[in-house]
Order: sequence, then structure tokens, then C-alpha cells
Amino acid sequence: MSRIHDMGGRYGDGEIPEKDDAVVFHHNWHARALACTLAAGAHGAWNIDSSRHARERLTPRDYASFTYYEKWMAALANLLVERGLVSADELAGAAKAAPLSANALRAADVPAAMRTVTPYRRAEGPAPRFVIRDKVRTCAYNPNPVKGGHTRLPAYAMGRIGTVVLCHGNHVLPDSNAHGNGPAPEPLYTIAFTAQALWHQDAENAADVVTLDLWQSYLEPA
Amino acid sequence: MPHDHAEPHSLLPSDPELRSRALETILVQKGLVDPDALNALIDTYQNEIGPQNGARVVARAWVDPEYKKRLLQDATAAIAELGFMGRQGEHMVAVENTPDQHNMVVCTLCSCYPWPVLGIPPAWYKSDAYRSRAVREPRAVLAEFGVELLASQKVHVWDSTAEVRYLVLPMRPEGSQGMGEAALAALVSRNAMIGTALAEAAT
Repeated sequence: MSRIHDMGGRYGDGEIPEKDDAVVFHHNWHARALACTLAAGAHGAWNIDSSRHARERLTPRDYASFTYYEKWMAALANLLVERGLVSADELAGAAKAAPLSANALRAADVPAAMRTVTPYRRAEGPAPRFVIRDKVRTCAYNPNPVKGGHTRLPAYAMGRIGTVVLCHGNHVLPDSNAHGNGPAPEPLYTIAFTAQALWHQDAENAADVVTLDLWQSYLEPA
Repeated sequence: MPHDHAEPHSLLPSDPELRSRALETILVQKGLVDPDALNALIDTYQNEIGPQNGARVVARAWVDPEYKKRLLQDATAAIAELGFMGRQGEHMVAVENTPDQHNMVVCTLCSCYPWPVLGIPPAWYKSDAYRSRAVREPRAVLAEFGVELLASQKVHVWDSTAEVRYLVLPMRPEGSQGMGEAALAALVSRNAMIGTALAEAAT
């Protein structure tokens, strides 16, 4: 089973809002919420995958009713308490003043920190099973052995046959990394699916293509 | 293990603006976050890093065939040549629009987006409507954006489910012959680099 964030293909969402919008931050608090999330990440108490999972595992009711940056704030608050950086009492308003932590991101380091490249590609990992043009079938279920666990195989592409179009080498596996089980790198591929393969009679144009970036353990030869 | 029912965030005020202020106050009081760093982060994405960067990449590719070749071969390196790199742009792939193929990019699972070249994603890109519809009915979505496809064009949607980030290289518009790189960059909108607009010369 997947979670509420996994919405590719869902019906009923209506028109796309504000298509020509050029404003970066519509409210000051959007900017503050983004900046707090980025700055708090500097403590290394979570990684990008556990942070994504923290948003995905908000209750479906909260996920659906929160705006974008409200999801970010809720996930940040939950992570801060879960990882022991802030206690529940402190979150409720009882924080005592403390000096700036040595790990805190400094203003002077922001430009470099945002330009730093931390690749997700790794030298180690299993040998690739597939090459470009191979036909593959995706796992029909959430491939993560953790119940309700984080995965990058969306429900709409489960159990489908596609074709390998790009090979990216070994990348950190979010299904493992999100749960603190290590990077477990494995080959990452871009897989092309026809609209027909994904949507059957709902396909808008059978020959159009959707590609997804999928890890080797999601795939078997087809 | 995730705790689906323990929800510390509910201890914060529910009004989003108050919630943001409370969260920031706690982080600053606890010494976890430097308020000056927050201001610097906001300034970076408000003023330094945005679609103007991606537009320079596209314009360079339009005027320099050798650069375009490098961009399509290894976009991360080619984009870094222009000084753009970093967070959410670690593994870039450039996808070229042609008379046979129109590309558009989505992240159905969250809001993955190539920050170093496009900045912070717009609200529409993060909307449930775009995330749910782009993969199932991309032509209806494109029509809603006012994009008219050529009869010869297949639609190719790139759902960025990993840490690979996609940049659409739009077709150079008719009527842009002889224009310099800076003038060309001005024709390249953010939406054109996501694939929900075309690059157009003023008529």
C-alpha cells in the first residue's frame, strides 16, 4: 500500500492554479519555513529521504488540508522531537535560551552550502542487471520491506512493463536511507512506459511516454 | 520506526504564520539556527538562484552547438561550466524538445525540481492538480497552459522520482535569428524549462 502523497494519475483534482505565478515567496512565513528547514538540516539529524518520508507520513487528513509549507513545518517539528533536538515541552513553548550550536549553519557559509554538490551516486553496489533497451517489469507492490515505508515506485507504475532508456550508475536507495538503514546504493535507471502500458483505456494518447527513475530492486526482466 | 500517531507538530499554533514564528523562535532560542543564516538563505533563493540561471543555459545551447552537445551528454557538467551547481541539482539531465517530441517534467511524489537552474518551484508545480494530472493527461494539462503541440509531437513526461533533475531545452523560436545570447535568454520562461510553455519571440 502507498500513502496519500502518491497521487500520480489520481482523478478529481481540477484545474492547475496560478500558472504564470512569478512570485518566489507569497508570504514571509513561506520563506521563513523554507529557511528553517534548510538550516535545521545542517545538524545532520536526518537525511533528504527521511525528511521526505516525514512529510509523507503526516496523517492523510493533515497532508490534504495543509498547504505546501505547512507540510514542511509539520514534518520539521516532528523530526526535531523524534531526533531529540527539541523536546515536546519546548515545542509547546518552554524553550530555554542556549548559545548557538557549533553545528548551526552560519550566514557566511550559506552561499557555499547551497552550491555544495553532494552527489547521490556511489561507486559501491551491485552490478547492473540491465542495459539500455532492456524490457523490465516493475514490482507490483511497494518494494520496501518496511510496512508503510518510503519508496520511489509510485502506485501508478507498479506491475507495469517498460524499457530502460538511461543508466545512472549506483545511487543511494531512498527505501533504505529514509529509515536510517544506510545508503544501500544500487543501480538507478530511467524507465520509459507508454501511456497505454500505464493507463490502458484511460490513456490520453497511447503512444505518449512517461519515464520514471527507478532502482534495480524495483525491477525484474520482462 | 515511524510513529504514525505521535504528532509533535500539533503542539505548535495551528495558524501557519504563528506556527512558523513559533518554530523559528524555538530553533533560534535553542541555538540550532542562526537567524542571519535564515535571512541569507531567503536572499539566496529570492535574488540569486532562479530561472534566470536556466535561461542562460538554454540560450548558450541555442547559440553554441558544441555546448548543446555537452549539455545533452552530461548536463551536470555543462551547467556547472556556467557556474550553476549545488543543492537539488546534483544529477542533471537536459531533455530537448524537437518537432517529434515535447518534454515536460513533474514530481508526482513530492516537488523535486532543479533548484540551481530554476530556483524554488512555483505553487502550481507543487499543486495536487499538476502532480496528479501531468502523468495521466499531459495533453489536457498542456492545453490548460495554452501550449499548442505540433501534430508530429509525442509527449514525453519525466516523473523525477529519484535525485535526477530534469531541465527542458525548448526549441529556439522562429524570429529569433541573429539575436544575441542575452536577448535569447529573455525569451526563455521558467515554464518553458519545465515544459508547460514554449519559448516565443516577441511578434
